[in-house]
Amino acid sequence: MPKLISRDGPEASSFVWREDGFTHIADDEAPGGELGQVIISLSRFQADGDRWLAEGRSVGVRLKPEDPVEGLAYDLPRLAVVALEFPKFRDGRALSAAALLRERYGYAGELRAVGEVVRDLAKEMSRCGFDSFEPSDGSTPEQWTISVFRFRHVYQSAADRRAPAFRERIHIPTAEG
Amino acid sequence: MYRYDAIDRSVIQDRSAEFRDQVERRLSGALTEEHFKPLRLMNGLYLQLHAYMLRVAIPYGALSSDQLRGLARIGRIYDKGYGHFTTRQNLQFNWIRLEQTPDILDALAEVDLHAIQTSGNCIRNTTSDPYAGATAEEVDDPRVWCEAIRQWSTLHPEFSYLPRKFKIAVTAAPQDRTAAKVHDIGLVLRRDRDGQLGFEVMVGGGMGRTPYLGTTIREHLPVQSLLSYLSAILRVYNRHGRRDNIFKARVKILVAALGAGEFARQVEAEWTTMDRVAVDLPDVELARIRGAFSYVRFVDASPVSSSLEAARRADPTLGRFVRNNVKPHKIAGHAIVNISLKTPGEVPGDCSSDQMDAIANLADQYGYGEIRVTHEQNLVLPHVKLDDLAAVHAGLKAAGLACPNVGLASDIIACPGLDYCSLANTRAIPVAQSIAQRFSMPDVAESVGELKIKISGCINACGHHHVGHIGILGVDKKGEEFFQLTLGGSGAEDASLGDVLGPAVAYDQVTPAVDALVQAYLRERRGAERFLDTYRRVGLTPFKAAVYAEAH
Repeated sequence: MPKLISRDGPEASSFVWREDGFTHIADDEAPGGELGQVIISLSRFQADGDRWLAEGRSVGVRLKPEDPVEGLAYDLPRLAVVALEFPKFRDGRALSAAALLRERYGYAGELRAVGEVVRDLAKEMSRCGFDSFEPSDGSTPEQWTISVFRFRHVYQSAADRRAPAFRERIHIPTAEG
Repeated sequence: MYRYDAIDRSVIQDRSAEFRDQVERRLSGALTEEHFKPLRLMNGLYLQLHAYMLRVAIPYGALSSDQLRGLARIGRIYDKGYGHFTTRQNLQFNWIRLEQTPDILDALAEVDLHAIQTSGNCIRNTTSDPYAGATAEEVDDPRVWCEAIRQWSTLHPEFSYLPRKFKIAVTAAPQDRTAAKVHDIGLVLRRDRDGQLGFEVMVGGGMGRTPYLGTTIREHLPVQSLLSYLSAILRVYNRHGRRDNIFKARVKILVAALGAGEFARQVEAEWTTMDRVAVDLPDVELARIRGAFSYVRFVDASPVSSSLEAARRADPTLGRFVRNNVKPHKIAGHAIVNISLKTPGEVPGDCSSDQMDAIANLADQYGYGEIRVTHEQNLVLPHVKLDDLAAVHAGLKAAGLACPNVGLASDIIACPGLDYCSLANTRAIPVAQSIAQRFSMPDVAESVGELKIKISGCINACGHHHVGHIGILGVDKKGEEFFQLTLGGSGAEDASLGDVLGPAVAYDQVTPAVDALVQAYLRERRGAERFLDTYRRVGLTPFKAAVYAEAH
């Protein structure tokens, strides 16, 4: 079974390998006989999602960067996974999509990064709300942990709920000059 | 000025460690150049024609004397003993070796400097008024808001992989010294009728191959909402800006495609649904930042300096320096001193390590330890007592930095051009040097008056030619360098894009053409009109005749 890098709990400060029970199903591919867990495209979900969910499958949806997350807002409670695609790691649209899913639509389920997923973006992806990763660069959970927590402080509030500098400073009014 | 606290320091140290790891992976072959390129660009490291170039961020153009000395030291150890100040108030080292960059970043971090986001498709260094905190014109200190933007934009998790680079300028004075209207976002601080501070928010300005002036999408944004509103703009841009064509990826293209009204509507929709409390700085943090900029305890000084007046009478070069390079200060008995990095014959914006040390020492002795960088590639001592002007002038003279040409024809903006840059089609530096030589006689330059000549060695317009009173754009014609002239541009509060004069001229015809344009202006001008005013009144015709009549 393929493995995912996964956050070791919602607020955890480390990452671990996790078995991936989901299978990515292409648009022209059958979902498999036993009621397996599947990740499908938005258009496939719109066509077959209701039926598969009714059959008792766990269904995840994979969004391309140009797919609007708004279109998924009402389905989020039914989804087991939302997978957001990075066609290239420097295409940052999925970062905004992740932030919207977490902050605006309150999505609390698994948010997975797929495509060109490299540890050089680990901190951005984690901060924007991703909690599972299909790494494309052979990186390990240990490397992921280093990349995400390398920075001792952050300036912005984000989906990861880390306290930004401007909140920390209220509690540490006499930071050394 | 703002001093980094332990949190700010930790961020640049951690970034330095992160980049060291990335460089090591590149050198070991674990990262391909294709993968490494966007990562190194995010840290200001370019591969140029002859070497790597490292662009150091100078947040809103403000430096302490210690920081300037730190740059001087790095220039000596890792470069050829000089640096180059840019139109975005940054500093570039031109002769860098990749394997040394982590050590350079550590050396920069020792003086609270870094190269974070000086390149790449992210939010770049915010630029501001070099006279901030010194000019009586401003309604507020723009550095407060620049520092807020610096923190918000540094390693922003959502906005670090944008369609294209993103530049923000902030000004608080009616006279715009930031070229705000040719930035992706230009912010102009104003007070409304009730005295409330707010920003006019302009978006979609820019130069390059498709120049636009910014369009106002908000007349008066309450200052407390700045960061959430910027976040809304960036989110709309990050999601919808084009990524299929690098030449159509800047926000100006999105604004033009949607129309400013529709773009504004999307921004407002985003902004009103955003959790603004999570994004905007609380008053206590704004107050902390503001406090950091009010530390200068100006001494009492007489509004008129009899020693200065005596020195001016004795030394006409001091008189000329004061006339052209010294500007009024908000505090009686003080002045703003511009240091020209455009001495005719020199490379515009270049400054040797020895000169940096000399300026740092003058700043310590006479200027409260502060230095600013201007987008016109000069430096500024923002707070000098009138009584000390003669001594400052003498110190600058000894360092070869007393050229009294600020705002005049030889004070030319030029990009590095084909002498350094891998994008350039033509040279820009020798063109600037030749024109500056033509106007090197101070009497000649002063009789011509304010004239902004800006030179770009290619269509990317790093030399701001679109907004030059005279703009010069290098183009390649079958392997030969030609230069297209534009007239009537301005990057100031009266911003406009220049009009093409006519056919491009050959390399050795640029200075004669500029000379002909100036002669035509002198014939046409009325009263105290600047070159720009005369051009706007009479149009292209007499200038065209002057240049092309002489060419044929």
